[in-house]
Amino acid sequence: MTDIIHEPELDHHGEHESTGIENRKLGMWIFLSSEFLFFGALISNYLLYSNRGGFPSPYPAEIYDIPFTSVSSFVLLMSSLTMVLAHNALSRDDQNGARTWLFATAALGSVFLGGQVFEFTDFVVEYGMTLSTNPAASAFYLLTGFHGAHVAIGVIMLLSLWGISRRQGGLSEKHGLNLELVGLYWHFVDIIWIVIFTVVYLLSIPPV
Amino acid sequence: MTATAERPSTTIFRRPRSTEGIWSWITTVDHKKIGIMYGYAAFFFFLLGGIEALLLRIHLAQANSEFLTAGAYNALFTMHGTTMIFLFVMPVSAAFINYMLPLLIGARDVAFPRLNALSWWIFVFGGIFLYSTFIFGTSLAPIGVDGVGGIDGNLPPGGGPGGFNFLADSPDGGWFGYQPNAGPLYSSGTALDFWALGLQILGLASLISSVNFIVTVFNMRAVGMRLLRMPVFAWMATVTSFLLLFSLPIIAVALFMVTFDRQFGTLFFLASEGGDPILWQHLFWLFGHPEVYILILPAMGIVSEVLPVFSKKPLFGYSAVVFAGAAIAFLGFGVWAHHMFASGITPVAQAAFGLATMTIAIPTGIKIFNWLGTMWMGKIRLNTPMLFAIGFVAMFTIGGLSGVTHAIVPSDWQQTDTYYIVAHFHYVLFGGAIFGIFAGLYYWFPKLSGRVMDDRLGKVHFWLMMIGFNLTFAPMHWLGLQGMVRRTWKYAPETGLEPWNVAVSIGAFIIALGILVFMYNWWASRRSGELSGLDPWDARTIEWTIPNPTPEYNFAVAPTVARLDHFWHLKYDEDDEGRAVRKPDADEIISELEYNGLNPATPIHLPAPSYFPVLMALGIPIIAYGIIYHEALWGKIAIAVGALISLSALIGWGIEPLEEPHAADEGEHDEVEAELVATAGEEAVMDVDGEEDDE
Repeated sequence: MTDIIHEPELDHHGEHESTGIENRKLGMWIFLSSEFLFFGALISNYLLYSNRGGFPSPYPAEIYDIPFTSVSSFVLLMSSLTMVLAHNALSRDDQNGARTWLFATAALGSVFLGGQVFEFTDFVVEYGMTLSTNPAASAFYLLTGFHGAHVAIGVIMLLSLWGISRRQGGLSEKHGLNLELVGLYWHFVDIIWIVIFTVVYLLSIPPV
Repeated sequence: MTATAERPSTTIFRRPRSTEGIWSWITTVDHKKIGIMYGYAAFFFFLLGGIEALLLRIHLAQANSEFLTAGAYNALFTMHGTTMIFLFVMPVSAAFINYMLPLLIGARDVAFPRLNALSWWIFVFGGIFLYSTFIFGTSLAPIGVDGVGGIDGNLPPGGGPGGFNFLADSPDGGWFGYQPNAGPLYSSGTALDFWALGLQILGLASLISSVNFIVTVFNMRAVGMRLLRMPVFAWMATVTSFLLLFSLPIIAVALFMVTFDRQFGTLFFLASEGGDPILWQHLFWLFGHPEVYILILPAMGIVSEVLPVFSKKPLFGYSAVVFAGAAIAFLGFGVWAHHMFASGITPVAQAAFGLATMTIAIPTGIKIFNWLGTMWMGKIRLNTPMLFAIGFVAMFTIGGLSGVTHAIVPSDWQQTDTYYIVAHFHYVLFGGAIFGIFAGLYYWFPKLSGRVMDDRLGKVHFWLMMIGFNLTFAPMHWLGLQGMVRRTWKYAPETGLEPWNVAVSIGAFIIALGILVFMYNWWASRRSGELSGLDPWDARTIEWTIPNPTPEYNFAVAPTVARLDHFWHLKYDEDDEGRAVRKPDADEIISELEYNGLNPATPIHLPAPSYFPVLMALGIPIIAYGIIYHEALWGKIAIAVGALISLSALIGWGIEPLEEPHAADEGEHDEVEAELVATAGEEAVMDVDGEEDDE
């Protein structure tokens, strides 16, 4: 053990970042690159099973309510817009605006989640499509369920930031970066949904 | 100035302050302490995996043996493979990366110290969770068509004659857990759930560390440490992290599918209901093949550090070695189906994957020739690390060559699921990875102890390992070609397989003896080994410019790096013919480095310890137990409690003050009071993300 006295205000070794990107932001990007593979595997999994016919109905593609899902997809897309507006407001140091848009984003995300809960309930109760109906149904629930879990985590993070902003009367520089990170994550979740909606909902045809 | 006046308003908990004793280890975020804990835990699991192997070898030394029941035999080979891969080679690589990476690139810690602690605790709890299957797990006979003994006529109820049947209540699907054998129909007990969820937890730990290490390499390098000036080990750590980053999500999905099949009634791998067991093989090997490079690349990095030092020459073709490592990783994602040539994939796929597999021999060959070129005409010193490094090159080459024979499809059909395969992957993973790991342990031992390991005992260890290893695994080639099937519980005496099996078993015990010598050497050298000084090996890279054992703050002054092999160039000049000549004042430079390294001129900020990583990790196995027993009320409670623990820890983590104010009122006792580096401010949001793979 050395007997050096540590003073609070002295050199922060390692403060320079070789890439010029803040550690946490770089970490988030790298983490999200891994998440793409996660959803890539889940989507491929669904595509593999979605058109293998001959097993008990209904298949997901037989019972999609495309107009309904289009609306909830639109809601989720709009939440990306409000996320950008929150980020934009904060960069203008408009703390009230940032807080409002954060809340709006969380609210839109929650509406999307509500839509998903409704959809799942509908599929199970009305059509009797459960996890165990056929492998395509299993894959559908696993994929959209994990996406929903990601949205839910995003909503929790958004609401945490909103709460911090309310309590502290605004977001400090440190939490400003957090808003950016949550934003990255949120856009990622959105992009994945665009792929899911296109490939899994719109382009998927039931097996003959 | 009082401490309270400075304390930020968010302070609810005091940050932990112990610098000694058990709490200092539990709450540490120091990459060195975490590395040491990783190392010891991994070695503990290595011993468990080794004992499992020895039991298997005792059993197989005799034809028609009844030493183990069939159930115990299946459980032991499964746990042996799972342990050695996920609980030994991966974490011991993590130990090396944790301890060495910041030192090699001139940093004081990794980018996210608390996340680093979180990875470690998730790993260790995951390992304990997996092993708790021996206590809690059940491995019932398959639910067969006849309703009693199972479909498999070879396996009587109770696992057949033999001993050690109490070990049978653990995963028995092999390390790759093929479906539907490891699915709900044929493995209806809970053991395979422990396996699937245990691997899921271990994967989460690796995923978090991979993000951490990549950011560390990208952002925390010392001034002047350009990417192509990094030591090869740092490069291989980076490449390995990318492999983990891109392969773990795939196995995570696959393991979720298994868990959902087993627990929640999905049909992914149940062929009778439309599921596709071959999909499991694709997903598993899409992870599993990169995984073998995850196991071998860190060892290749270690060897690329050791060979130049003990040859007194720079690494031959540094950039070629680096790019070959990256190329291996890249190609490694395109060859997975060579594990599946016998599973009925189309001829076109077989040809394509066979060819792709052969191309991996090119970068691997580049590396081997570069290592040979490094030693060529060098002033070779045969110290223990060098012996292990040379052993690595030789054994890995043999394993690599037998690997190319698997790329030839017709040949592979003959070899699939025989002992030839077992021989091959032990040559690359034991003769390769583990020899490399021992080279690294001997080489870098001074960094953690300030002493050198005994070279005479080291050589005894090496030769026991070398002889034992070859006696164990070389005959397996012949056994395999004679038709001995992998994972066979019994063989008949008239097959003539017994003599070589006896030899193999003797070899296994010689390896075990070598490990005992190593353990004694480690223990004795830590207590009373020869003091190493700053530069025991006449080394080349900057981790040797700081005192041994490594001071808590690593570098007293943030280093500046001017070129590859920076330390070497501090000590050596070139003469007119390009030969290295030691500078006359080299010894003075070294003693100056040592003095400066121990006496920092300016105070140093280090990340502060934290209670929250261990707490957060603790919730995760509790959730996993809850999932296994989710049908019972207490299972649901466990899920809720586990989630609550992790979530509270997460909140605590988020509001934990970044800096504990300097406690001037604590008097003359000069505790090293760690302060959080600015860059170490990882945030709650990072971990919310890290967690979601584990719902």
